[in-house]
Amino acid sequence: MATLAKPLGRSHTEEHEDPRQYLMHDPLPRGQMNAMVMEAMHETNPIFWVITGILALTVLFTLGYDWYVLIMVGQGTAGVLRPDYWGVFLVNVVFWIGISHAGTFISAILRVLKIESRRPFTRAAELMTTFGLVQAGLSVFMHLGRVWLTYWMFPIPNERRIWPDFHSPLMWDLMAITTYLLCSTMYLFLPLIPDLAMARDRTKEGWLKQFYKILSIGFRGTEGEWKNLTTAMNIFAFAIIPVMFSVHTIVSWDFAMASRPGWSSTVFGPYFVIGALHSGMAAVAIVLFLLRSTMKHYKYFLRAEQFNTIGMLMLLVSMAWAYFYFNDYIVPWYGGDVWDKLVQEYTEKGPLAYLWYTMLFVNIVVPWATLWNQKWRETPWLLAIVGVLINIGMYIERYIIIPVGVTINRMPFTWRQYEPRIEVPMTIGTFALFLLLYMLASRIIPLIPVWEVQEGQEAHMIRKIGKAEVSTLSDLE
Amino acid sequence: MATELEMPGITNQVEEEAVGRWGMVIDQDLCTGCQACVAACSMENNVAIVGEEDAGYGRYMHWIRIERLWEKKDYPEVKMTPFQPMLCQHCHNAPCEPVCPVYASVHSMSEDLNLQVYNRCVGTRYCGNNCPYQVRSFNWRDYNDERIHPELVTLHNQMNPDVTVRRRGVMEKCTFCIQRIHKAEDKAKSEGRDVQDGEFTTACAQACPTNAITFGRLDDPESQINQIAAVNPSRAYHALEEVRTLPRITYLKGGV
Repeated sequence: MATLAKPLGRSHTEEHEDPRQYLMHDPLPRGQMNAMVMEAMHETNPIFWVITGILALTVLFTLGYDWYVLIMVGQGTAGVLRPDYWGVFLVNVVFWIGISHAGTFISAILRVLKIESRRPFTRAAELMTTFGLVQAGLSVFMHLGRVWLTYWMFPIPNERRIWPDFHSPLMWDLMAITTYLLCSTMYLFLPLIPDLAMARDRTKEGWLKQFYKILSIGFRGTEGEWKNLTTAMNIFAFAIIPVMFSVHTIVSWDFAMASRPGWSSTVFGPYFVIGALHSGMAAVAIVLFLLRSTMKHYKYFLRAEQFNTIGMLMLLVSMAWAYFYFNDYIVPWYGGDVWDKLVQEYTEKGPLAYLWYTMLFVNIVVPWATLWNQKWRETPWLLAIVGVLINIGMYIERYIIIPVGVTINRMPFTWRQYEPRIEVPMTIGTFALFLLLYMLASRIIPLIPVWEVQEGQEAHMIRKIGKAEVSTLSDLE
Repeated sequence: MATELEMPGITNQVEEEAVGRWGMVIDQDLCTGCQACVAACSMENNVAIVGEEDAGYGRYMHWIRIERLWEKKDYPEVKMTPFQPMLCQHCHNAPCEPVCPVYASVHSMSEDLNLQVYNRCVGTRYCGNNCPYQVRSFNWRDYNDERIHPELVTLHNQMNPDVTVRRRGVMEKCTFCIQRIHKAEDKAKSEGRDVQDGEFTTACAQACPTNAITFGRLDDPESQINQIAAVNPSRAYHALEEVRTLPRITYLKGGV
């Protein structure tokens, strides 16, 4: 392995810096790490189950009862009306797909770019992808007027020979989200196999053992199995990146392809992708903070350097987002379309202008004012607070684009203000379901990819060159 | 009536196709805003009555509405714009059609109309969003279900048997009274001739006391609507011409 040793980016270590603060230079034996992860998975306290119960009840009442009412009575229970045919449900779709972007971004792009500090939290981010997409999919169904006929949108051969219309951006959307859900689930599963096998070997007989046995598909850790697994993961890591970029571009086309003022803008594709990463990175920060503060032993895995990485990415993405947001304004400014101008005036000076100012403050000012400082980036609770604020801002951003923006259309006679009704509890329900799924998954899925951490720790070492301690990394492949 | 397309790469083909079969002329100088067309359309097409609360929130379902706006001035000098009945423009190049994922919003080739297939609609409401005229109405609830509104039983005989009663979760819009078009076409076919202009008319045009709304054949140069439009070339315009939807309804500007 160690054919080539090269100094890392931070190699010119100053005397006072202890390399052991980095996870990669603070190795533990494989068995001990396995035991730590298993213990964190199995040890629960009553508070956990109380929270789980509250979340489950919330999901039951909101996604169960309220959705039943919505289906049986009709979309009239929601707040949608004539100019605002699309409401908060579509905001939720865009928001949750945005959240789901971070997982793939972190695990695929950072893996391809070989950012070492990603190792302990790829799994936590990938789980967010899958569970976030579940919420996005559910929100699509909530939005439909006749949800019991959803299958008419699927390309199923039927006796009437009516095929879905692939001219419709909604069909592209359906295909893109389905592809992304399948790809991200497989990409979540592949690196999970060795950890599932680890859990299988450390679980007593029972249904859980059977569960692990089936999911780990007989993985024993032989040389050949590792070779196949690494190849598959490499293929997926590269293949999923274009899928990730395409899915949110296509989501943005739902709006950009429509001829409504404020929507039909060519910058929407990249702007939505950056927006997705903005909220996704922030969500990763929140989740990592929660995991670190609630799960046993996770303080060993999730260290300041991990939060530092996330914080830097948040700052970077925030700057990119600000650029694209400005760009989104340049198009109507130069275009001079009277309706686009009216939409902008409405968002800036209308009755909901406070949303617009809040969004600019929490999306741009807050991250720029806090994340430049490494000390603050490395403070998990601070990063989590910034993450919550950014996510509020990104939710508002989608809210401004969809229900606020479409209030202004080309028929001034129909201008009316939308107000969410049953959407509010159902939105809370999607958040509750996301947390519930995540909490339950944290009991049966090892959230730290132990093998990946160990692989990194084996490759890193501290060498003495003269008197200086230099951290080096052997090439893995 | 054809719109000129000066976009690069677009040939006259679109212009020629855009003649259309059925059309309408609405004279805004004649319209008094009496809303008789709104009532007649609702009766003819079984348009649901949504009730006070939903109507107040903006969920009225009329297929035709009378628009009137204030020109932006301070109070004493307020000037109202002329009344403008707004209904589905039956665009040749309809923005609502390509966005429907299930072909519920379709173009009828034989009548050259823009139609909504109620029982195919799944309620994505994309068409309503994409309609620049905002004339599509969505069934937010089961307004016509007698199990929910028992008082509707007394109105049984009021319903038009030729028109479907729509249920919740379905988009609907003006059809140019397609049941009347079909009736006239069937009659003409049994008599072995083509439908004559003025043989029948839509409910809104029929009810209009000042004949502000005229319905007829677009492809017949002798038809009433083509003659009205030819007499008033300086007043004729299409609603939101810049969106390039090639609408079938010609408005005659009022108040000039």
